[in-house]
Amino acid sequence: MASKFKKDDGKGEPAISTASLPDIVFMLLFFFMVTTVMREVDLKVKVSTPEATEIQKFANKSLVTYIYIGEPNDAKAFGTTSRIQLGDAYAEVAEVGAYIETKRGEHDEAEVPLLITGLKVDSETKMGIVTEVKQELRKVSALKISYSTREGGVVR
Amino acid sequence: MAKRDAPEINAGSMADIAFLLLVFFLVTTTMDSDLGMMRKLPPTLPPDMPKPPPIKDRNVFVVLANANDQLLVEGELMDVTELKEAAKEFIANPMNKETLPEKKQVDIPLLGNTMVSKQVISLQNDNGTSYKLYIQVQNELAAAYNELRDELSMEEFQVTYTELVESGEKAKVKAIRSIYPQRISEAEPKNVGN
Repeated sequence: MASKFKKDDGKGEPAISTASLPDIVFMLLFFFMVTTVMREVDLKVKVSTPEATEIQKFANKSLVTYIYIGEPNDAKAFGTTSRIQLGDAYAEVAEVGAYIETKRGEHDEAEVPLLITGLKVDSETKMGIVTEVKQELRKVSALKISYSTREGGVVR
Repeated sequence: MAKRDAPEINAGSMADIAFLLLVFFLVTTTMDSDLGMMRKLPPTLPPDMPKPPPIKDRNVFVVLANANDQLLVEGELMDVTELKEAAKEFIANPMNKETLPEKKQVDIPLLGNTMVSKQVISLQNDNGTSYKLYIQVQNELAAAYNELRDELSMEEFQVTYTELVESGEKAKVKAIRSIYPQRISEAEPKNVGN
């Protein structure tokens, strides 16, 4: 009777099968492949956008042109005054209009009125430079803008 | 030669390869936030435009922000946290106060004759105002409008304004919007206290 419950000794614990490990990893891999967006620009300025609650999502991301404003990353070479970054390079306020025009050229004519300019501006930036950019945008009639913000409560 | 079984390919390193790819995508991925506050800039005016008629003082809610990130609302120093309530009271003018905006009777489809206030919010900032404060002010003002629209929408249609927008009922959204139109005017910035 006792032999019925005898432990089968001698053998170690059975190894856990790792055969399904690749499947799990592939699943994760596909998730990241689908959700990934390749970094389009190398940020040359520090941008930490402020938080806000009354925000919307862009309907179509491809219609958005970003303008970055913030302190240069390389403070030794460029100082700490806020700079504008258009595409991959620093730019002056006067170049904003031309940049918007070139971006318009890349889009279909019917889409031009729908284009949005996204302003990614650092929280610590002074409004002076932002206003100058906005005036420049008005000159080229790029009137739809969006202040990029993070979702979150306003710091009280 | 005798036929041999094709040897099985060892799939043990498959996981390693997949991991390698996974790490690559993890590193390159940016969960880019595509959230923002949508605004429309006023178009440039032709220089020979006739001046618009002046707006009565009681209809304008003046918000000034200086270079030290202080707010002056209707002549009084105010904290950003109080701005929403003040703006809400101004926009709706529930008590029909003399000092708050006038109201005009407008026939709005779906809602009938309604008193609509002639409110305008004027926002002026200094060149030295921080962007953070500017966004906070914009956010609080937008929140004031949204809360009023929510309240009205709950009263009239028993759903919140956000739900109304999401459900795509354009006529109702338009009706609500015409009662509380978002009128935020931004003056050219001044360069004081820099």
